[in-house]
Amino acid sequence: MVIPLGEDKVVAAIKFGILSPDEIRKMSVVTVTSTETYDEDGTPIRGSVMDPRLGAIEPGQICPVCGNTMSGCPGHFGHIELALPVINVLFVRHIYDLLRAICNKCSRVKIPSQDMERYRVYVKKLRERYPLLAKRLCEYLKRRAMKESVCPHCGAKQPKIKLEKPTTFYEIVETKERKEMIKLTPIVIRNRFANIPDDDLELIGYDPKDARPEWMILTVLPVPPTTIRPSILVETGVRSEDDLTHKLVDIVRTNERLREHLAAGAPQQIIDDLWELLQYHITTYLDNEVPGIPPAKHRSGRPLKTLAQRLKGKEGRFRGNLSGKRVDFSARTVISPDPYLSINEVGVPIDIAKILTVPERVTPWNIDELRKYILNGPYRWPGANYVITPDGRRIDLRFLSDRKSLAEKISPGWIVERHLKDGDIVLFNRQPSLHRMSMMGHIVRVLPGRTFRLHLAVCPPYNADFDGDEMNLHVPQSEEARAEARTLTLVQHHILTPRYGGMIIGAIQDYISGAYMLTSKATLLTLEDVVDLLAAAKYVGEIPEPAILSPKKYWTGKQLISMFLPPDFNYRGKASISAGRLACDDVECFWDSYVVVKKGKLLLGVLDKKSIGAEQCENLLHWLTKEYGTDYAREFMDRIFRMFIRALEKLGFTMRLDDVAIPPEAIEEVRKILEEAFVEVQDLVRKYVSGELEALPARTLEETLEIKIQEVLASARDRAGEAAAKYLDPFNYAFVMARTGARGNVLNLTQMAATLGQMTVRGERLWRGYMGRALPHFERDDLGPLARGFVVNSFYSGLSPTEMFFHAAGGREGLVDTAVRTSQSGYMQRRLINALQDLHVEYDGTVRAADGSIVQFVYGEDGVDPMKAAHHKSVNVDRIVERVIGWRL
Amino acid sequence: MPSKKVSSKILEHELVPKHEIVSVEEGMEILRKYGIRPEQLPWIRANDPIVKAIGAKPGDIIKIVRKSPTGGEIVVYRYVVPPLV
Repeated sequence: MVIPLGEDKVVAAIKFGILSPDEIRKMSVVTVTSTETYDEDGTPIRGSVMDPRLGAIEPGQICPVCGNTMSGCPGHFGHIELALPVINVLFVRHIYDLLRAICNKCSRVKIPSQDMERYRVYVKKLRERYPLLAKRLCEYLKRRAMKESVCPHCGAKQPKIKLEKPTTFYEIVETKERKEMIKLTPIVIRNRFANIPDDDLELIGYDPKDARPEWMILTVLPVPPTTIRPSILVETGVRSEDDLTHKLVDIVRTNERLREHLAAGAPQQIIDDLWELLQYHITTYLDNEVPGIPPAKHRSGRPLKTLAQRLKGKEGRFRGNLSGKRVDFSARTVISPDPYLSINEVGVPIDIAKILTVPERVTPWNIDELRKYILNGPYRWPGANYVITPDGRRIDLRFLSDRKSLAEKISPGWIVERHLKDGDIVLFNRQPSLHRMSMMGHIVRVLPGRTFRLHLAVCPPYNADFDGDEMNLHVPQSEEARAEARTLTLVQHHILTPRYGGMIIGAIQDYISGAYMLTSKATLLTLEDVVDLLAAAKYVGEIPEPAILSPKKYWTGKQLISMFLPPDFNYRGKASISAGRLACDDVECFWDSYVVVKKGKLLLGVLDKKSIGAEQCENLLHWLTKEYGTDYAREFMDRIFRMFIRALEKLGFTMRLDDVAIPPEAIEEVRKILEEAFVEVQDLVRKYVSGELEALPARTLEETLEIKIQEVLASARDRAGEAAAKYLDPFNYAFVMARTGARGNVLNLTQMAATLGQMTVRGERLWRGYMGRALPHFERDDLGPLARGFVVNSFYSGLSPTEMFFHAAGGREGLVDTAVRTSQSGYMQRRLINALQDLHVEYDGTVRAADGSIVQFVYGEDGVDPMKAAHHKSVNVDRIVERVIGWRL
Repeated sequence: MPSKKVSSKILEHELVPKHEIVSVEEGMEILRKYGIRPEQLPWIRANDPIVKAIGAKPGDIIKIVRKSPTGGEIVVYRYVVPPLV
């Protein structure tokens, strides 16, 4: 880009006004009168809406006005002299307000003269100091003038004004006998507005220099340049005009007819009809979605996209083209997992790496490498796509046959746009981008295949899964952008979330099961196992002393974890499995459910969700990240996570059908529990029928019955679950996953092994469908559990047809809920972000708006960055004391 | 009930934090500290009950000392502006 020399200008303010007829004529290069646009041989007709003076649009054509070709000509406005004035719909509100605020005889604003003087001074003062307040005062004065029914200046009685949407105004004149509606033509309105004194206008918030109200009535219509309404040539050679051009032709045609009829002295009726038609065309030309009139349609029946439609809405000029833009140097494809990457890496397909480029400046140190890239060319990775010479010429390597001589020619000062290669930094993003972790910096690893590969631990911040999700990738092009990406956006800087200062990147799913299986007391590893696992973690070094020396050497999983912990690290905390029978509150834990790390050694306890899981606070990984830095945490996670996966692979950890099978005696027990509950429900129903049931406070008898039945059935389901869980092997894979928090919970297990329990819609037992019953398979008014959606069977035993229907009904509600919620919260987020986007924290700790005004005197009232603070408070004193003295109080 | 009494009573309510009018010198000091014009402080209307209760006029700066769940006891300022008509 060439920056012209000269004085720098600063935009101090922008002011919007209304174009006056004089201005429109002044900026116009042609008066449009011709209805025809092209003659027989296809050349545009002078004086039509396609007049060549409106701008050069054909390649090679020279603009008759500015002398530029298509690329240089900005386009020029023309104008249409309207035969009769017409109301501009976009100003109807203002016109309506003004008509009511001014006297219909003398055109003064209906505020007594002495008050006017007083307010004039006040408004002037307010404008200087509180412009916002001045606006409010003007609005108030306008409302006050509108209420006046007698003009305080000339004493004329004021008729009521009625607006018939969208553009017709009436005056309701009340005489003794009857009410009369007189139509106010645009001419009358324009005359009234033209007579309003400037001083009066200022009082009600108009600036007469830039926005005289009579300009809101159109007498001259600007014709936009042809460049903003290009015609499209279809293959067959048929010319297809832009919607705006169509509308302009309509306006010109009606306007000319109206002019002819006026000149010929046609009857008033015809004139009025044509005037009305002109008003319609101009209204739809400005906005084709005005309520109260049919939208103008294309021949095919499609509504025309006129001026307002170009700007409005999601795909309009503002939201579609100005706030949101499409960018180069970006890629999008499906994502898939790769546990062998580091968490801050992203796998990029070779095909994409060959298209995305990084401009690299030639230096004595990289010249040999860059020569190699040029020789490889654009189609062999790692190659280069463009070379930029010191004088700014771009050489496209796709069309260069002699790459060898170019490679020889380059020297410091040239720039080579080389392919993306390993170690480059890129920004990786998944929509919806709801928080800053939705767009993080990753290090490139170019891989074969067609998908982006990412580490599973970064799924929570992106909220990604692999059921077909696609993600975007952007390549920073400048040295500044790359440096910023590396220091601010890299994945490891977002291990902690600014939302509550806890972990958002951590172990999930298999990593948690793996951690549990590896660190469990029952796991003893032979030398081969240890070597295998450490190799997976890319460990290089000595193997520790085995925990058991004889009869054979055995290592524990805890020993392996300890090898990666810093030697001065201490931690204690409960494990996820510390629940129910296995609960432990302190070091003396028989069940291994209390984690103790002392001096970098994992002494006690299994690692599971509570200690290394994502979205957990103040756990082992959290303190590791805070105390040893994010880089350390990243490497720690990379290593131990690969080890966990290897451990699972060695074990053959997989959930199978048998995991949720329970023995016949357990089935019998579940059946008995349910049967007892059914009897209890029967008893409740009997009490209800006989009138013995007592209503709960603020409930009807029916509601009471429902609540009680639901209570009975819910507790029956829970007890059935407990009974079934009793029979499950604690090391069965499904149960391990539920206990460690890797996936699923006890309720899911209950539903698989024992019983599904009550299905509900809107928190009620199912009853909708038929008269008095949910399905025709049941008796009318049967209040029993089976007829109202209680599913006795488990997923293991299989559902009966009616049960399956009930289950589907309950499941549907969940789907509808999520669909509705996402759209609603999306809109809320949009509004919130629009309101807050300019707020920033200044160096003095204050939160300020865009104009420097203060919003908060200290950020968050304590000046603490939640990401860097301890969870919920600025400092965790206990942890610091523990760090210093080495043990906990 | 006469409304005057109610307006003076709000000062004693436990949920109303301490408000006081800042002297001109102190006000200048605050503005200098933050490098702002008075309008850039958060506003409070002159017809706000607490402003009437402590007798502040448009142009005054009010100092409020209140409790914050995150920051303990904090000090904030408001700039008194004329009421809407």
